[in-house]
Amino acid sequence: MSAQPAGPIDPTRVAGQPRVRRRPGPSLVVGGSIVAAVVLMALLSFVWTPHDPTLVNAAARLRDVGDPEHWLGTDKFGRDVLSQVLVGARTTLFVGVVAVGVAGLLGVPLGVVAAMAPRWVGETLMRAMDLLLAFPALLLAIMFSAVYGGSTLVAMIAIGIATVPSFARIVRSGALQVLSTEYVLAARAAGRRSWGIGLRHVLPNVSSLVIVQASVAFAIAVLAEAALSFLGYGTPPPTPSWGRMLQESQELLFSAPRLAFVPGLAIAVAVLGFNLLGDGLRDRYDPRLEDRR
Amino acid sequence: MTTAAAVAPSPVLEVRGLSVSIGRHDLLHDLTFTVGRGERVGLIGESGSGKSLTSLAVLGLLPEGARATGSVRLAGVTHDVVGASERAMASVRGNDVSMVFQEPMTALNPTMRVGAQVAETILVHAGRGKRPGADRAAVRQRVVALLDQVGLPAPAELARAYPHQLSGGQRQRVVVAIALANDPELLVCDEPTTALDVTVQAKVLDLIVRGVEARRSAMLFITHDLPVVATVCERVLVMYGGRIVEAGPVAEVFTRPRHRYTEGLLGASDLEGARPGKPLTTIPGTVPPAGAFPEGCVFRTRCRHATAECAAPPPWSSADPGHGHACVHPAGGER
Repeated sequence: MSAQPAGPIDPTRVAGQPRVRRRPGPSLVVGGSIVAAVVLMALLSFVWTPHDPTLVNAAARLRDVGDPEHWLGTDKFGRDVLSQVLVGARTTLFVGVVAVGVAGLLGVPLGVVAAMAPRWVGETLMRAMDLLLAFPALLLAIMFSAVYGGSTLVAMIAIGIATVPSFARIVRSGALQVLSTEYVLAARAAGRRSWGIGLRHVLPNVSSLVIVQASVAFAIAVLAEAALSFLGYGTPPPTPSWGRMLQESQELLFSAPRLAFVPGLAIAVAVLGFNLLGDGLRDRYDPRLEDRR
Repeated sequence: MTTAAAVAPSPVLEVRGLSVSIGRHDLLHDLTFTVGRGERVGLIGESGSGKSLTSLAVLGLLPEGARATGSVRLAGVTHDVVGASERAMASVRGNDVSMVFQEPMTALNPTMRVGAQVAETILVHAGRGKRPGADRAAVRQRVVALLDQVGLPAPAELARAYPHQLSGGQRQRVVVAIALANDPELLVCDEPTTALDVTVQAKVLDLIVRGVEARRSAMLFITHDLPVVATVCERVLVMYGGRIVEAGPVAEVFTRPRHRYTEGLLGASDLEGARPGKPLTTIPGTVPPAGAFPEGCVFRTRCRHATAECAAPPPWSSADPGHGHACVHPAGGER
């Protein structure tokens, strides 16, 4: 069913209904480019890094930015900063995918069920979500790390669980809107049961909301990983992570501020990218913002 | 009565004493009517008379919080629609009875190809009850055949289009194709042409009638467009205030209306009597909101002929609920 629907249908379409393909807005372009750049960095790090990112080289400690051999300098152990940043992009993406995946896989079905189930079930689920929302995400992650041992995966599952309510809420409100439409009534009139309506009619029509929420949650997860690694609860050494690079730079903040500046900039730009992407996607897909353009 | 009803004595739809209320408001009050096999029955009345709610009640699609009493029986369905579970009704809807909605712009899922939406209706009933299981190629063929039947050009390509790529008329044709997909015994049409351009209305109406005739299906046709009822239907039910106030063969009701409401409706839609500079005939006042209808005759607050007698509920004029009126001062002489 991979057709080009516009093509063969055109002749039969009534006049006065031209289909306008909107140009993507600036935030979508910039955000998309930044996210693409992070992905490319991560992919590149699998095949090529200037140096081994974990190689300790006492002879080349604390080189400055612009060093002919180490373009972004080296840290106190002589490890190449550029290589660490490249490999750190992997961690960043992994972190985002895990957290958003957990949040989405739990939050989206919960939201749909809360919308379709009898009222009291929905209300109970949403109050439970409110309860979960009362826990700060970072606190939950630290608790998880304390109980299950510190690793990126554990921390990010915790961040994901803490993000479930935001997905559930957005999906539920979207699903309630979809359920009140005439095409859902028509589907019921055609004999569709609730499962079919949930899967075929509700889910596809709330997917744009989910995509937007996912890009925002991605940014939050990246920040959370950085914060956790900075506190020592996130990615354990020697795996390079932007957050841990920041933490390790702490003691040299005055003598070598570039060691904090480089990963800090990477985190800031990546988070900005994901937020812009989410913003751009919302502008493009949220019908409620249609007339404001 | 009609020959169709005479041939098949058991009706396709039998509604007895159907009342629907939401909260303290009675929205439908003690409706009793039947639709015979292959019969086409019109349901007319102003907006707010309860026409749409009646159609939803027939499919068991009443909104949450609505309470129904009485009975709604469909031919070939062993259980009563009133009080039936959603699961039991799912296998009835779209199979024994189906519905064409008013607004083609919203009755189709924007994220699904229209062919898939037609196929969905076939597939959800395939393998259930009397229908055999279906293989994909056969279903695809049937979808294309159905889209062809409703007069869509290039149906094979059109099946792959999304709703937003079609015009309003084309979408309504798809909606009709979905409704007719499983050859239902009864097709309920809720103002199927109201939202369409006048030029398209006649074509869509024609294809609905042809589709129903080809399947020998019965039809309950809801509209406030009286000329449409006159051309399409054999019998007509006039609704006001959640009650049936008059019923009978179209020719009789439209030429010699008895209930004063029917008379008002016909007067208001008489375009031949309209002259430039002369105000159009109207029924005085507006339809009151639910719960604000008067006791006794629901129409008496807007009726020129109302007397103190109308404060008591007017009795039905005959023993046959399918032919008569509920008016104390009927047009054309006393009862």
